Amino acid sequence: MSGVRVLVGTRKGAFVLASDGKRDRWDISGPHFAGWEIYHLKGSPADPNRLYTSQSSGWFGQIIQRSDDGGKTWHQPGTPPGEPTTTPEGMPKGESNKFVYDTSPETGKPLTTHQWYDGTPHPWEFKRVWHLEPSLTDPDTVYAGVEDAALFRSIDGGQTWQELAGLRGHGSGSSWAPGAGGMCLHTILLDPSDPNRIFIAISSAGAFRTDDAGKSWRPINRGLHSLYIPNPTAEVGHCVHRIAMHRSHPDVLFMQKHWDVMRSDDAGESWHEISGNLPTDFGFAIDVHAHEPETIYVVPIKSDSEHFPPDGKLRVYRSRTGGNEWEPLTNGLPQSDCYVNVLRDAMAVDSLDKCGVYFGTTGGQVYASADGGDSWAPIVRDLPAVVSVEVQTLP
Amino acid sequence: MMIRVTLPAHLRKLAHVDGEVKLDVEGQVTQRSVIDALEARYPMLQGTIRDHVTQKRRAFVRFFACGEDLSHEPPDAPLPDTVATGAEPFMIVGAIAGG
Repeated sequence: MSGVRVLVGTRKGAFVLASDGKRDRWDISGPHFAGWEIYHLKGSPADPNRLYTSQSSGWFGQIIQRSDDGGKTWHQPGTPPGEPTTTPEGMPKGESNKFVYDTSPETGKPLTTHQWYDGTPHPWEFKRVWHLEPSLTDPDTVYAGVEDAALFRSIDGGQTWQELAGLRGHGSGSSWAPGAGGMCLHTILLDPSDPNRIFIAISSAGAFRTDDAGKSWRPINRGLHSLYIPNPTAEVGHCVHRIAMHRSHPDVLFMQKHWDVMRSDDAGESWHEISGNLPTDFGFAIDVHAHEPETIYVVPIKSDSEHFPPDGKLRVYRSRTGGNEWEPLTNGLPQSDCYVNVLRDAMAVDSLDKCGVYFGTTGGQVYASADGGDSWAPIVRDLPAVVSVEVQTLP
Repeated sequence: MMIRVTLPAHLRKLAHVDGEVKLDVEGQVTQRSVIDALEARYPMLQGTIRDHVTQKRRAFVRFFACGEDLSHEPPDAPLPDTVATGAEPFMIVGAIAGG
């Protein structure tokens, strides 16, 4: 019987929640990597037993963990303990937690600074991996979006990482500035129909696209309008919170911006607003129904300083029309005195029939709907603050 | 020279060790030579104590030995004789940052 595995990253560890296709009884395992911040963990679409985890700490930095058995056991994919760290030829072996910006003369040399909050130049400093995106076809290839904003790739199962420096070097990199949460590359979308096309998004620079597998990039922010920056329609500088795509329509993108929910029908060449009747168009998470490309979900949050649902009511909003017309989904969700947040990577869908929708809160709840959002129930109520939620649909 | 090193709990777990680590350090016993030996034996600790590239101590990691804070000593300065002889451990400590 088919089933689902929900991968939950929290401020103090990772949890794996598993159920059969009914999705009414859950086995909880964890905390894995207890005490560490788990910004993200995600499974390979090409091998559901291959999972990657970003484990980080303000004390000890960045660790990459990998599981080859669906989360039962984990290891750092670099050099195993007790083995020499160099080959007989003196070359360094895998260092899976080593994220070093490209400073080569050909591609990296000009990439020395970005803007600080006050507009002064500031050197790029690696802080952590926000998002891991495994390849759609190769379990050993995985992308990492990091803070300070850059895109890295591993083609050896996470043992070593190389920056795709064309992103920072495309021209506007020196003008990027961090948002309140840091200058993070948080969204990576791989186009299922074109292996050379990748979309990424950065807070607070905006969205970018490559059509040559990461060598060259350009901003795709036309149509975004942000009143909080000096030029509201600037080419870069927009605080994009999250972008989502349906596999069958890779040219159609949905964006939750700092304020505004947006849509593009031409792979990001232009955007238009679809906030419609939402009670507030601020928020972080956005996702698309697994079988209905025009059905999308957001969780409206009151404002950029009041990071909780309006009126203390936790409501997912669903549009079945690709935006503009939204309905609140409340059945099973707290409708009074609820002041949690739902972060950008904390919503996901499964591909069972009916489509399951999942999201986690900063209050430690993970809610699930097994009927496309019509009704909800918590899988768990009392985890540490949830940072990310991913779902694997298992055969 | 057999050197004793204590690690914070999170790093012991990463390295799959319990209690103190004993390291064979060749040549002069300094912060750098001890951490070089530690990382060679436990490569998963690379980057967790000092930066991969600059080799600078991470801001929230501190070094102590014989009751002294050695965090700001030069990395190539000799460690105390009692550390070099294994009588006292070289302590790698996570800074206290909490309430």
